Amino acid sequence: MVNETNNNTGGFWGRMKDGLRRSRDRLIQSVDTLLDFQALDEALFEELEALLVQTDMGMLTTERVLERLKERSREQRISNRDELFEALAVILEAELCATEPNRTLTLTGDPSVMLLVGVNGVGKTTSAAKLAHRLKTSGYAPILGAVDTFRAAAIEQLQIWGERVDVDVIAHAPGADPAAVAFDTVKAAVARKNDVVLLDTAGRLHSRKNLMAELEKISRVVGRESPGAPQEVLLVLDATTGQNALRQAQVFGEVVAPTGIILTKLDGTAKGGITFAVEKETGVPVKFVGLGEGMEDLQPFEPAEFSAALLGIERPSH
Amino acid sequence: MAFESLSEKLQATFRKLRGRGKLSEQDVDRALREVRLALLEADVNFKVARDFTKRVRDRSVGQEVLESLTPGQQVVKIVHEELTRLMGEREQRLTFSGRPPTVMMLVGLQGSGKTTTTGKLARHLHTQGRQPVLVAADVYRPAAAEQLEQLGGQLGLPVIRPDEDEAPEALVARAVTQAEKDGNDVVLIDTAGRLHIDEDLMGELQTIQSTVSVHESLLVLDAMTGQDAVNMAESFSEHIDISGVVLTKLDGDARGGAALSVLEVTGCPVKLVGTGEKLDALEIFHPERMSSRILGMGDVLTLIEKAEQSIDQDKARKMQQRLRDDTFTLDDFLEQLEEMRNLGPIDQLLSMIPGMAKQNLDAGQIDEAELNRVAAIIQSMTYEERENPEIIKRSRRRRIAQGSGTRVQDVNRLLKQYQATREMIRQFAQGKGPGSKKMKNLKLPF
Repeated sequence: MVNETNNNTGGFWGRMKDGLRRSRDRLIQSVDTLLDFQALDEALFEELEALLVQTDMGMLTTERVLERLKERSREQRISNRDELFEALAVILEAELCATEPNRTLTLTGDPSVMLLVGVNGVGKTTSAAKLAHRLKTSGYAPILGAVDTFRAAAIEQLQIWGERVDVDVIAHAPGADPAAVAFDTVKAAVARKNDVVLLDTAGRLHSRKNLMAELEKISRVVGRESPGAPQEVLLVLDATTGQNALRQAQVFGEVVAPTGIILTKLDGTAKGGITFAVEKETGVPVKFVGLGEGMEDLQPFEPAEFSAALLGIERPSH
Repeated sequence: MAFESLSEKLQATFRKLRGRGKLSEQDVDRALREVRLALLEADVNFKVARDFTKRVRDRSVGQEVLESLTPGQQVVKIVHEELTRLMGEREQRLTFSGRPPTVMMLVGLQGSGKTTTTGKLARHLHTQGRQPVLVAADVYRPAAAEQLEQLGGQLGLPVIRPDEDEAPEALVARAVTQAEKDGNDVVLIDTAGRLHIDEDLMGELQTIQSTVSVHESLLVLDAMTGQDAVNMAESFSEHIDISGVVLTKLDGDARGGAALSVLEVTGCPVKLVGTGEKLDALEIFHPERMSSRILGMGDVLTLIEKAEQSIDQDKARKMQQRLRDDTFTLDDFLEQLEEMRNLGPIDQLLSMIPGMAKQNLDAGQIDEAELNRVAAIIQSMTYEERENPEIIKRSRRRRIAQGSGTRVQDVNRLLKQYQATREMIRQFAQGKGPGSKKMKNLKLPF
């Protein structure tokens, strides 16, 4: 299975935690001093607000989460720092699990077609390759389509990745009709008995209407060639993106109805707090997270681990 | 336009203030809370937002402001000044070496738009009469050198790429020597990006900086970056000398909070901004104008500059003459449309006009396709028809519609618009000006 629960992800999420430790350490010092003096007061909540806003969570989510924390702290009489952070992690996890979203890939098509979409520079090509690698090691036979015929050298980039992960890449010349490449890739998949088609589309600023229309066309063309396709439209979001990610999700949602999100570049210091707003506002679940540059560095999204890592703590026991 | 939502929220907040004859401290506090929220939603750094509102408050609650005749205006003025200060008062030009070649290095994370920006900067310098050479010093990313070579090809500029196993600093040193020999006065280095900041990358950049003298080290930053933007800028400037920031993707609806935060946190000024995907979409960053744009005061200066750059002065003079002589033909009409299109996307232009907020633009979504249709119709006419549109009767209209792939109604509409434009010009020539009733009813063809 592709979305198997990976138990030895300690290293994986651990790396995310490492990236966050610095900002957390700074905060925890002030929290400690505060807790020495009095219980949870306004000054402490202001510090927590700063912490959450700095994860790109946005003010709406931050205020909602802190409201819950206040309620909980009254109910449970939170008395120390660890309890406080644990309570916060539980609240964050609950935010992500409220609607019990389906975070697994739909692989029932014959072949299953997956469209990777997103704005420029978020890591679509790399994600397509990593996903191909992941599917391949899980026993599937994926094929890649270089539908990005616009960006200089995008085709070469995917071809190099294709070699690296040992997956065929269907490509046309630069500037070719993207829908035609998509069409040919699906055709090739049928002929070569590939069961998953991964289409790497061109990055497009969601504010450019004609490019968005092109995406719609690609989706239509593969749907005509293979009934039910595309089975997955995966919106690739860059974790370092701030509040704009929500806007991206909304606009792409209007055009191609994403079925899942791949959150990339979650290592380093970016925290991806915008995930909460994106899932809540659009209902599209995060399915995978990308944490590095290696081909193994694409993992299923796990709300509990993510929430804990966001706060730089171990996974809470509850 | 970038900063759109910030701009909308701030304008809404200040509209409430402006209308009031008297302001209390509580009024100011309430408004500043909204300002702080708006800044945070625009991804302005948390601390910067806090300090900014504090500064505005300190300056605003004094008696002079609150008891002045127009307290609301005064507060807006303070916000404008503080916004400008946050972004750096005046524009920061690129520095050039007295002894060419000037070496400029572009650094940044993967996906920030380094390579494209290198191309844009090369074009920008080339149009100013310089002879840049591009260096593909990203020796790791698959196809990075190819991408730069394609850009160089489009611009007709030389690109130097690494030999097999050539270290970045060796490549750069070779490029500088080569540039001296070939008479290139600017060397633009596209360095490797990483997913995140690490020792290796910083070491590599340090080595480049210590191998050749680098006159500009520009950090390329994606304007859509959230709270992490300042962390990135800080990490880079801790390790290497950063002389300025290039904010990319500052079009669309980027929140652009980084533009407001980077200088305050790191001391690095924003020097350039990328505003689109095309190679000419690179502008010098003007803090004062940007702050005016954010507060809805428009940016007429940039508009005029754009017009000056893209309108052919000679043609303009001839056009003026024809307007005066009342011999404005359909060809001239077409030429005017083309000129407008050269200025850039129309919605971007309109956002520079004072009072043109987003909501005004949405109603009349400007359709580039409509412009294409108009051009097709005019190009389907004979020269005689273009000079004397009066002769275009029914059968000619049908032929023109067929020739341009449009309908007769479209042709009719265009002819009406042309007549109206001509009428307007005639009135202008007679000195009646835009106040007249005819003017107000005039519909432009887009």
